[in-house]
Amino acid sequence: MKMAASSERSPPPFPDAEDQESEPALRDEDSDEGADIFLGTNPLEAMADSTFSASDVLSDLPNDLLGEPPSAVFGDPLSNISKQESTSNPAKQSSKLPSDVPCDIFDPLHGTGMEPKDDGKNASLIDIVINPVTSAKDNLPVDDLLSQPEIDIPAKTKTEQPAELRSEERPKDEPLSVASSKPKKDLFEDSPEDLFSELPKTKAKTKPQMDLFGDSSPDLFMDAKAAADTGPGRNAPADLFSEESVATTTSKSAKSNISANSIVTANSKANGVHSDEEEQDIFAEATVELSLDSPHNNRKTLDTTKPSEPASSLSAAAGSSKAQAKTLEELEEEESEDKFELNISITNPEKVGDGMNAYMAYKVSTQTTLPMFRSKTFTVRRRFSDFLGLYEKLSEKHSQNGYIVPPPPEKSLLGMTKVKVGKDDPSSGEFVERRRASLERYLQRVVCHPSLLQDPDVREFLEREELPRAVNTQALSGAGFLKMINKATDAVSKMTIKMNESDVWFEEKLQEVESEDQQLRKLHAVVDSLVSHRKELSVNTAVFAKSVAMLGSSEDNTALSRALSQLAELEDKIEQLHQEQAGNDFFVFTELLADYIRLLGAVRGSFDQRMKSWQRWQDAQTTLQKKREAEAKLLWANKPDKLQQAKDEIAEWEGKVTQYEREFERVSATVRKEVIRFEKEKARDFKKQIIKYLESLLQSQQQLIKYWEAFLPEAKAIA
Amino acid sequence: MMPRAVNVDLQTDGTLQVDISDALSERDKVKFTVHTKSTLPSFKQNEFSVVRQHEEFIWLHDSFVENEEYAGYIIPPAPPRPDFDASREKLQKLGEGEGSMTKEEFTKMKQELEAEYLAIFKKTVAMHEVFLCRVAAHPVLRKDLNFHVFLEYNQDLSVRGKNKKEKLEDFFKNVVKSADGVLVAGVKDVDDFFEHEKTFLLEYHNRVKDASAKSDRMIRSHKSAADDINRIASTLYTLGTQDSTDVCKFFLKVSELFEKTRKIEARVAADEDLKLADLLKYYLRESQAAKDLLYRRGRALVDYENANKALDKARAKNKDVLQAETTQQICCQKFEKISESAKQELIDFKTRRVAAFRKNLVELAELELKHAKGNLQLLQSCLGVLKGDT
Repeated sequence: MKMAASSERSPPPFPDAEDQESEPALRDEDSDEGADIFLGTNPLEAMADSTFSASDVLSDLPNDLLGEPPSAVFGDPLSNISKQESTSNPAKQSSKLPSDVPCDIFDPLHGTGMEPKDDGKNASLIDIVINPVTSAKDNLPVDDLLSQPEIDIPAKTKTEQPAELRSEERPKDEPLSVASSKPKKDLFEDSPEDLFSELPKTKAKTKPQMDLFGDSSPDLFMDAKAAADTGPGRNAPADLFSEESVATTTSKSAKSNISANSIVTANSKANGVHSDEEEQDIFAEATVELSLDSPHNNRKTLDTTKPSEPASSLSAAAGSSKAQAKTLEELEEEESEDKFELNISITNPEKVGDGMNAYMAYKVSTQTTLPMFRSKTFTVRRRFSDFLGLYEKLSEKHSQNGYIVPPPPEKSLLGMTKVKVGKDDPSSGEFVERRRASLERYLQRVVCHPSLLQDPDVREFLEREELPRAVNTQALSGAGFLKMINKATDAVSKMTIKMNESDVWFEEKLQEVESEDQQLRKLHAVVDSLVSHRKELSVNTAVFAKSVAMLGSSEDNTALSRALSQLAELEDKIEQLHQEQAGNDFFVFTELLADYIRLLGAVRGSFDQRMKSWQRWQDAQTTLQKKREAEAKLLWANKPDKLQQAKDEIAEWEGKVTQYEREFERVSATVRKEVIRFEKEKARDFKKQIIKYLESLLQSQQQLIKYWEAFLPEAKAIA
Repeated sequence: MMPRAVNVDLQTDGTLQVDISDALSERDKVKFTVHTKSTLPSFKQNEFSVVRQHEEFIWLHDSFVENEEYAGYIIPPAPPRPDFDASREKLQKLGEGEGSMTKEEFTKMKQELEAEYLAIFKKTVAMHEVFLCRVAAHPVLRKDLNFHVFLEYNQDLSVRGKNKKEKLEDFFKNVVKSADGVLVAGVKDVDDFFEHEKTFLLEYHNRVKDASAKSDRMIRSHKSAADDINRIASTLYTLGTQDSTDVCKFFLKVSELFEKTRKIEARVAADEDLKLADLLKYYLRESQAAKDLLYRRGRALVDYENANKALDKARAKNKDVLQAETTQQICCQKFEKISESAKQELIDFKTRRVAAFRKNLVELAELELKHAKGNLQLLQSCLGVLKGDT
């Protein structure tokens, strides 16, 4: 069996061997039965970050994976593993392919297993909420949590497969999968009509079953619990992990697959609970639901499919996750203190080309101990539009899930034109420096984000020598305009969508964010005016200094003349001080505020995403309601031919409602987590920057004292 | 009442001490209470006060200027007209904008403007006081009858502002004077001292004028910066009062700090204004007065030379010789008298100037140090607290 081989291949990092195995196990099966389905569903889930490898590798396998394994499989420290596997691939491609995929996904993570000490830190860096754990295994939960679809795949395929297996004996299962797994709809579209013989019953069962197919983590956790319940009668939720391990050992493959997944999710969930209490509600809800929703359906599904796979490795996985749970809290604390192991600096802005086609290229240097990267230090050259392109990619993938994607600095047509045209204009130098600094901050914010750091595009941006030219950033440069339109439509939808906010937390937070935004804008304007006044002061001081020097030169009392020229020198120095201080006002204070005004925009964006998700759910509910009414009418009108279709539609929409509700809950949870993370970061940033700013003020006062102290005897010497 | 902004006097003997003990600002005028302490026998009492307005100061100044007797002296420059218009306008604007800001902001702004108004007021008073002190310290001018009336007569002097006709006359006089001044200045002086003083004063006056304007601009931007810090403080305060999280407390502390530092910054600007800008402004006017003296002397010199020429001509023609001789003698006397006192006046001017600059620059440096140290201490303690917290 494949997994045996893979576990032998990498014996030392014992936990990740299981990861490899548990994941392949899922896919091995579906590759037998539904490889096509699997492939078909993938593009739909390509949005999620870690499915990158799954989708990319699967769909363009010959090119990416086999062609140049080390580069396609990004930053793979243990490339020997992936190489071995990929070389063995061509022969067994059809059957083994899916099983290789997970390996590749986690290859970079295996690397972490090689350096266990580093690894704990890495994990902590990767996700604030998810706990850092000392083994590479923990990277798995991370990935799973971040990319729900990743979990989906196994979950769906798995449940499908029993459905197919038992399609003759238990036809009623079919409609369920149709309803729940949208991508496969076409496949099953026809079957339900014949299979639907006991409609009322299926209807009743739909809901609990849905949970299996749903993609939100609570569901999976439920499944896990359900699985656990099927085990030898242990119910205490506190003992969750051990329970599961028991459950998994006793049950067979399909079931153990579920638990494997759910352990993973449950794990990360549990971590989330440890990290912030708020998440507990969601978690608690999930468990409550679980007790209601785990009827025999699950069990049936699980029991009926008793494949041949022994699940011993899974119990090990569960065991390790249990051990990991114990240290969660300690690690959580450590994590916040641990310093980031990834330093990014942007230097050497350089003008490339001439005339209006000229652009600035920046050197992006990365220093890291994170094993996901190929080396410890590397440098690439990027231009501004590349940064915008990165943002576009990230935003497209992550913002709909409620993530706060740090926005890049705005494009400045005027500033850049100056750079292009004027050569030695000091203001263009300032512009370039300003942009360099803000790009640096932007990138640092991106890599500071545990989920974004995992994104292949981020890694590619940092590592890859040549990036394909970001095309649509030209449109993005007009993004100001587009954004304006978007904002306008958002504002309209905000007005029309009166969200009946059930969660006070969100309501309050949104208000907070909005008023903070307002205050920050005001503060920004004031600090900006301070900058310009300070600059003005600096200029005026310089002019005055010159004037005093002239006055001194015409003064015919020698001592007074000398004192006046000293005063002129003093004012010259003060002018420098003012100028430096104006620079500090700007770079330390104003830019911080500008960044946070942009970031607050992103925060509001994530709230909007949550609302959109809510709206979708509500719309689905409304539609469902309508379908039900239509069904009632049909019943009344006694039109049995159309009735079946109506029932199908109801089932479909019921599924959608549940799915959207899940999605909404998931987005809500993410938003909440993100906002908390954002606030933490904001507090840290503000404290750091303002202290830095005050220190600059302090320094300039010290200088001022020095200058005036030197002048005082000169003034006294006037006679 | 307050320390004099610009000390321009040499030591006085104490027989005549004048100060402005009080001032009252009315709608469009300021009433100064001029307080005199004197042992001079010409006064009925040793100590007395009268109420005077700006116009009366101007009248006194003009009477000095017009008095031929004082042609050889540097007439103390008249105090500038009180100008509260800008400040009043700001207050009015504030009243209009009351609805657009929070109550705290409004109160704060109002306090700011009131403080500004008070500062202008004090400055005005100080300028008027300086004028009187200068006169009281002058060996000749202190004995002037008009001055004594100004100090002692406890009724309205019923001087009126100049009417349009007079203003027009003044204007033409000035035009003639400056044209003449160019003419006179072109004449090579026989005396090296005066020749030197002439070139010096011409240059000095222009430069001090420039420096004065530049210092005003510098101080104005300093004040704006201080205002910005003030607004930063209040915005930070609003940010800080949003809730009671850690950051908010942090904001409140920083706001408190800025509130204090901006006060210091504003005081720095105010002190620079008082010690530096006002000094320069005063010497702008005083150097103008000295220039005027040189003009009068130059004029007298030209007159004297012309009289000499006329006498030569009369002698050659043997016609009106006596009259020409008297004119020549009068001109000669006048010129010599002016030259005699003018030399001392110019020497005194220099001594006074050096002393005033010394005093003001020392005080400026001390104040700057005091404020910078105050700022430093605030920053240090605040940073200590903030760093302790984080």
